[in-house]
Amino acid sequence: MKIAVIGAGVMGLVTAHHCALRGGTVTVYERRAEAGRGCSWYAGGMLAAWCEMESAEPLIGELGFESLAYWKTHFSHVVEKGTLVIAPPRDLPDLKRFAARTTAHQWIKRDEIAALEPDLADRFETALFFDREAHLDPRETLAALKTKLIDEFGVSFVMDHAVTAEDCDADYVFDCRGFEARDALHDLRGVKGEMLILRTKEVSLSRPVRLLHPRIPVYIVPRADHHFMVGATMIESGDRTRFSARSMVELLNAAYAVHPAFGEAEIIEMGTDVRPAFADNLPRIRRDGKILRLNGLYRHGYLGAPALARRAAEIVFEQKSFPEVER
Amino acid sequence: MDSLAFYGVPVASRLLLGTAQYPSPSILKDAIERSQADILTVSLRRESTGGSGGREFWKLISGMGCKILPNTAGCHSAKEAITTAEMARDVFDTDWIKLEVIGNADTLQPDVFGLVEAARELSAQGFKVFPYTTDDVIVGEKLLSVGCEVLMPWGAPIGSGKGLNNRFALKAMRAHFPTVPLVIDAGLGVPSHAADAMELGFDAVLLNTAVAKAGDPVMMAEGFALAVKAGRLAYRAGAIEARDMAVPSTPVFGQPFV
Repeated sequence: MKIAVIGAGVMGLVTAHHCALRGGTVTVYERRAEAGRGCSWYAGGMLAAWCEMESAEPLIGELGFESLAYWKTHFSHVVEKGTLVIAPPRDLPDLKRFAARTTAHQWIKRDEIAALEPDLADRFETALFFDREAHLDPRETLAALKTKLIDEFGVSFVMDHAVTAEDCDADYVFDCRGFEARDALHDLRGVKGEMLILRTKEVSLSRPVRLLHPRIPVYIVPRADHHFMVGATMIESGDRTRFSARSMVELLNAAYAVHPAFGEAEIIEMGTDVRPAFADNLPRIRRDGKILRLNGLYRHGYLGAPALARRAAEIVFEQKSFPEVER
Repeated sequence: MDSLAFYGVPVASRLLLGTAQYPSPSILKDAIERSQADILTVSLRRESTGGSGGREFWKLISGMGCKILPNTAGCHSAKEAITTAEMARDVFDTDWIKLEVIGNADTLQPDVFGLVEAARELSAQGFKVFPYTTDDVIVGEKLLSVGCEVLMPWGAPIGSGKGLNNRFALKAMRAHFPTVPLVIDAGLGVPSHAADAMELGFDAVLLNTAVAKAGDPVMMAEGFALAVKAGRLAYRAGAIEARDMAVPSTPVFGQPFV
């Protein structure tokens, strides 16, 4: 079966993979010169299905558990060290609320926090530890996925080339363009996110740390070479360019609250892009003849894309249907 | 006929709802419907309705058929609040403005000095100002003297969910301003807090966090709607006075005065 995938972000690449796994002849089209340079590039890469249940619908948990298994099966980059959720003592009610809304966590105290993250010793009294969660480096993972698709499955990539779904010469077309697909998905909206990459040798973290705060819930994800991703704002806006001073203050303030050494860190990168979302913040597969549009992953790209892609591939290759996402 | 009007505009519900912090726009929409709120507060700063910004979000809010009360949340000076109010008038096409001038980013207490200054300037420009203020009656008088016709005292600090922190001051405020519409603006956590405010004779309550951050915001919206109605009915019905001793509803033999 001849498959065209439009968009080489996380949604497009995992869709190409699921189609290739089922024997499809896959071509990926990407308007940019390189893969994964849309909002996939700026993601935290947290495979945090349990934490996300604090505010997300149960479907996100279901997709998240499946996607975690996918990443672990196919990639060696997944770091399985859980997630630490912390709050300053005065925001303990927020931590209690978080615990009440989630499962698969344990309350830990100073000593256990110190054992998990020595640099946070004596900084926080209590925390929640989600030991089943994992994280990955989105940029490294997408590069590895693209290489895998080319080397192991002979997937073709047509880069720097914008195509329309209608013009693709294929049996099925998967439209994975994210926010760009507003021309076909009129109810798609943008939720802007801003993130920073900092570098400091003065702090080490082994796992993502989420800081709860009434105004600025922020997470810090450790990356290789003393880099830390700090994110991310959530603003109802389709603007993908401006990084506001206020957002910078809030992100840095939160990082500083986690550890003052972040105040001395070097700012390596300021990133901003737009998450594609539907009104209920849940992803969908919309079918229009031979075109399937996979979109609306919101802040759950790496958490949701593999499970959504598997469903889309089975719709085409196995004539299955998935009412939970075909809406 | 139990009617309420702000600046001469009749209001159908005594529950005003904020639109920030909901898990998704769909849940926000359902919560608004279930709350039967007639007035929605919208923050200009974050939902950036200008340009190509949060057009989808704004479409959803404006499609709810409610009156929009833009706010100046997060403004720290009179000047900043005035600029935000002017932008809000253009974006939301209304001369209503919920005026917040925050004195401290951490405690979110109103800066009442900046508030009066901004209220004076905005009223002069023709705005209908809804000031977020403390329970201080003198500040309330100043706000009325510069043109405000509604006061919105806090129940407790913003987002704290503590309910009515100072009932004495709030009762005094109600007694001092018997005819001015008074809306409890911040700090409510559960429906009983809203009923409490309404039983004290406040004209309405404004909520956001208590609904948006509830486990089920839609259900909580209905809980608050019922509480506001219950509290208002109790106020109008006239409550009995509490006393220290039991009051038997039938005579007790041998104790003629009990």
